[in-house]
Amino acid sequence: MPALTYREAGRQAVIAEMRLDQSVWCLGEDLGRGGVFGQYAGLEAEFGTDRICSAPISEAAIMGAAVGAAMAGARPIVEMRFADFALCAVDELVNQAAKARYMFGGQSKVPLTVREPMGMWRSSAAQHSQSLEAWYAHIPGLVVAAPATAQDNYTLLRSSIRIDDPVVYMEHKHLWDFEGEVDEGAADFEYGPEQFGKAHVMQEGDACTIVAWSAQVHVAMEAAKTLAADGVHVEVINLRTLWPWDEAAVARSIAKTGRLIVTHEAVGVGGFGGEIVATMAEKHFDKLQRPPLRLTAPRIPISYAPGLENQVRVTADQLVAGVMQLR
Amino acid sequence: MNQANLDTARLRERRRLMLRIRAFEEAAIRAADNKLVLGAIHPSVGQEAVAAGVCAPLRKDDLLLSTHRGHGHTLAKGADARAMMRELFGREGGNCGGKGGSMHIADFDVGMLGANGVVGANINIAAGAAHAIKLRGGDQITVCIFGDGAVNRGPFLEGLNWAAAFKLPVLFVCEDNGYASTTKSSAVTGGGDLCARAEALGVPTESVDGNDVMAVEETALRLGAAIRAGTGPRFFHARTYRLLGHTSVDPAKYRPDGEADGKWADDPIQRAADLLTSAGVSEAELTADANAAETEMQAAYDDAAGAPWPSVRSAYDDVQDVGAVPAPQGL
Repeated sequence: MPALTYREAGRQAVIAEMRLDQSVWCLGEDLGRGGVFGQYAGLEAEFGTDRICSAPISEAAIMGAAVGAAMAGARPIVEMRFADFALCAVDELVNQAAKARYMFGGQSKVPLTVREPMGMWRSSAAQHSQSLEAWYAHIPGLVVAAPATAQDNYTLLRSSIRIDDPVVYMEHKHLWDFEGEVDEGAADFEYGPEQFGKAHVMQEGDACTIVAWSAQVHVAMEAAKTLAADGVHVEVINLRTLWPWDEAAVARSIAKTGRLIVTHEAVGVGGFGGEIVATMAEKHFDKLQRPPLRLTAPRIPISYAPGLENQVRVTADQLVAGVMQLR
Repeated sequence: MNQANLDTARLRERRRLMLRIRAFEEAAIRAADNKLVLGAIHPSVGQEAVAAGVCAPLRKDDLLLSTHRGHGHTLAKGADARAMMRELFGREGGNCGGKGGSMHIADFDVGMLGANGVVGANINIAAGAAHAIKLRGGDQITVCIFGDGAVNRGPFLEGLNWAAAFKLPVLFVCEDNGYASTTKSSAVTGGGDLCARAEALGVPTESVDGNDVMAVEETALRLGAAIRAGTGPRFFHARTYRLLGHTSVDPAKYRPDGEADGKWADDPIQRAADLLTSAGVSEAELTADANAAETEMQAAYDDAAGAPWPSVRSAYDDVQDVGAVPAPQGL
């Protein structure tokens, strides 16, 4: 299997689906030059300026046009550049894309993949760094994906393009250059609905369960490595998608470990970690030997200066301390 | 038939459609008074010529996006009045299965891709539907109708600019009834000239008397033909007047005394009748047309009133394919 970067895995996923299906259509700002992060490099040369549509800086029109095109038979891939900018298009995503199928009584589906690069990335400050995945998980009608690895990005992006639901697809900006092996040869049937709500156990262990997604999976893996050197073996779960999320995988794991830490880069208040902890407490209380723990960002905006920015990071050291606290 | 006879026949046809729209909405208002239509409805009484003139001549495969005041557009595009009335009543057999009601009425079978509860939100959606047509290489057009309130929302700028930049087959129709909800539009709109805004974005415009159904139709057909020929979007400013309030329960007391009374003289249905009378159509024929519309819509009312509620379980249907929550056990 080739080693690809997370960026290249995403690029290859789009190329594969565009070659298979003429109705797949990319639209967003600066796509002609490859997108802000190079995730569309070379696509205009292969597919032309109609199918790789370089849009005006009009997020609401990009999202709204994608909704209209989806209802008229296209399968749009929307590029929002930064998840923060998608807030200019929330009506189009939340009131229109997420609701159209339902409020029209099933007359139309809205097959739409909305790529929203998220997360902290080298001093980008408050309007280019946010992790707002919990907002979208809250909205009926939306699917939410947050890939952590190159393989996740390949598999989940192809699957998002194929399903008929609007998917908020949140790649993490810090991961673009992360390399990983990617199996591109999987049979077609493996890309689709079955890829959602399916967590991956990144590392098995019995001391504690750490649930994470997106870039925070790698922080959890770093903590796991540190702990393993001291003979403490934690189980790291990469959730991959937040709606639907793999409740069974988390429940199975805490049945073994009796301990649960959920960690995310997003603000803890109202974050998706609360949903996971609450669900485990309501349905699987008997499996927990210690109170569950959330390790998340404080409720402050993200700063520019590294020392200030670091205040919202949950580090591997903090995860190690959390695991030790629950022992 | 000579040209005069043809025109008379077509005008009579359009008056019949306007009568049907009026009768549909009057039935819906009665139903609201009788607590049978439960949510808000936004009547278009006085504006029927825009719906009839713009939508009736469209092809079935042309696409239409409408507003919260969209009953007339939807009927004129060919939707079934009974299914629409059931939707307003929230009953089984409504176009949207009782999930949308008046503000989200849609009939994809006739190319009506939805009314919208958010002012101006249909503009970008229409641009996208037109973009999909262009990508496929079809010769359909998309029509997007919105009110004068929508020109002050961002999507007006973004959507018209988008359609102009990509030369898309879309006709933007501003159905200007003078009021943005309950506020006089002229008091909150800079510049005044709506066409100038569209022109500034590179979209050619025309402004017509929106209560003259044949003028509306002639303009819509001409602009539609240009769009169908691949020359990009057009903006059609149809000047009309909302004879009733914002909703069926709004007495519209914010309007100057006598303003609406004076405008009733400009009622598009009466204007059509006057023209037909002078063309030799008898009073009996005109009355028969009005009665036929009343009868049809009363039957739709009675049908909807007798229709069952949708199954409660259907509340869980059509949310999404992946990650749909199951209906509770026993529902």
